[in-house]
Amino acid sequence: MSQPVSVIRTGTANLASVLAALERAGARPTLTDSADEVSSADRVVLPGVGAFGAAMPLLREHGLDAALVARVREGRPLLCICLGMQLLFEGSEESPGVPGLGLIEGQVTRFQGQGLRVPQLGWNQLTAGPQCQLLSDGYVYFANSFRVEHPPHGFHVALSDHGGHFVAAIERGPLLACQFHPELSGAFGQVLLRRWLDAGERPC
Amino acid sequence: MLTHRIIPCLDVRDGRIVKGIKFQGLRDAGDPAERASVYEAQGADELVILDVSATPEGRSTAAETVRRVRRVLGIPLTVGGGVRIADDAARLLDAGADKVACNTAAVSNPGLLTDLATRFGSQCAILAIDAAGRPDGLGWEVVTHSGKNRTGRDAVEWAREAVERGAGEIVLTSWDRDGTREGYDTALLTAISSAVSVPVVASGGAATPEHLAAALRAGAEAVLAASIFHDGDYTVSQVKAYLASQGFEVRR
Repeated sequence: MSQPVSVIRTGTANLASVLAALERAGARPTLTDSADEVSSADRVVLPGVGAFGAAMPLLREHGLDAALVARVREGRPLLCICLGMQLLFEGSEESPGVPGLGLIEGQVTRFQGQGLRVPQLGWNQLTAGPQCQLLSDGYVYFANSFRVEHPPHGFHVALSDHGGHFVAAIERGPLLACQFHPELSGAFGQVLLRRWLDAGERPC
Repeated sequence: MLTHRIIPCLDVRDGRIVKGIKFQGLRDAGDPAERASVYEAQGADELVILDVSATPEGRSTAAETVRRVRRVLGIPLTVGGGVRIADDAARLLDAGADKVACNTAAVSNPGLLTDLATRFGSQCAILAIDAAGRPDGLGWEVVTHSGKNRTGRDAVEWAREAVERGAGEIVLTSWDRDGTREGYDTALLTAISSAVSVPVVASGGAATPEHLAAALRAGAEAVLAASIFHDGDYTVSQVKAYLASQGFEVRR
């Protein structure tokens, strides 16, 4: 049976790809900007959007920030993609002075390096920590100029390398946050989405 | 490490794939969604759909094609052709594109790149440059309107300006080489890729895996090709095996 998933409507960019990938993974995704739904839904996806500074006011306007914070604190199923992952942190170099959700300590910073191509556009190798339940080693697709450099405490972490290591994804129970795009990571991404959907199953 | 991307390109008109030499003499080469699935299965890293229809009716057909491809495609999709204002890009993104490429419209209105980058992010704002050698042999100039218009504008300067305005990637087509099967213009690739910090995708002229390797050596991050794959000369996986044997990092 296909599982319902509430995808937060965060703007126009890339939402169609997220919905299509969830459908291929066997879920039944619908779009929402309702705080009630973000609080009560079995599974929620916070997809990537354009800019950090534009996304936070959108979340606040609908009271989604508080609903997301509560969801994470309660350990309920949530998948954050690209900017969606960055929003969990305290702030970003992309939009100085705009506080993030602040659920995880740390700042998001721009890729730095001599001759480094930015944005990072393409497939990079994911190396998952030994404790990871959902994440595994493989190639995944990135499209980002900013990233979290240091692994946060209290999460299982997968790393990639673009001018030095950065945090490619974090997980804790049914909370999965990816700097990369599982919806664009081919068969590997589909398997990951499937694992996250199953991790969200409540015991009967 | 970031891997080099192999990107098949589908020229699409009225919902069908077409590919011709120098955009002339178009011939039918199949269904876009079917081809897209085949290329993903072969290991394509991304797909580009170029809408080569010229009418409003053709444009709405293109959005429908993007929708059909998106349903089956699990890798990134860039769509170009007919993007004149940010709302055109929004329609393609809504239909399932991940990135949008603009060309002629950006030359006449460079602010379009800033609009796209502000609204959707630089990673979504792709600039396609068609460049041709100057008649005097000194550098390259930008050409527009499918090669009909030589602008006199220096291609390297335009690439620099476009990145400052927000372009997150450049797809660089050699107008002299497109459809010739003589290989990419590597001097042009080196000139542009050393002038900008964003990724440069080589396009136009590839017929063999050696051509693709030469483009990567010249500074391209990724290579785009059409007929080499459509005609069944090589599969994406064969090309990747060759590139790996030459020491290039590719996803396999």
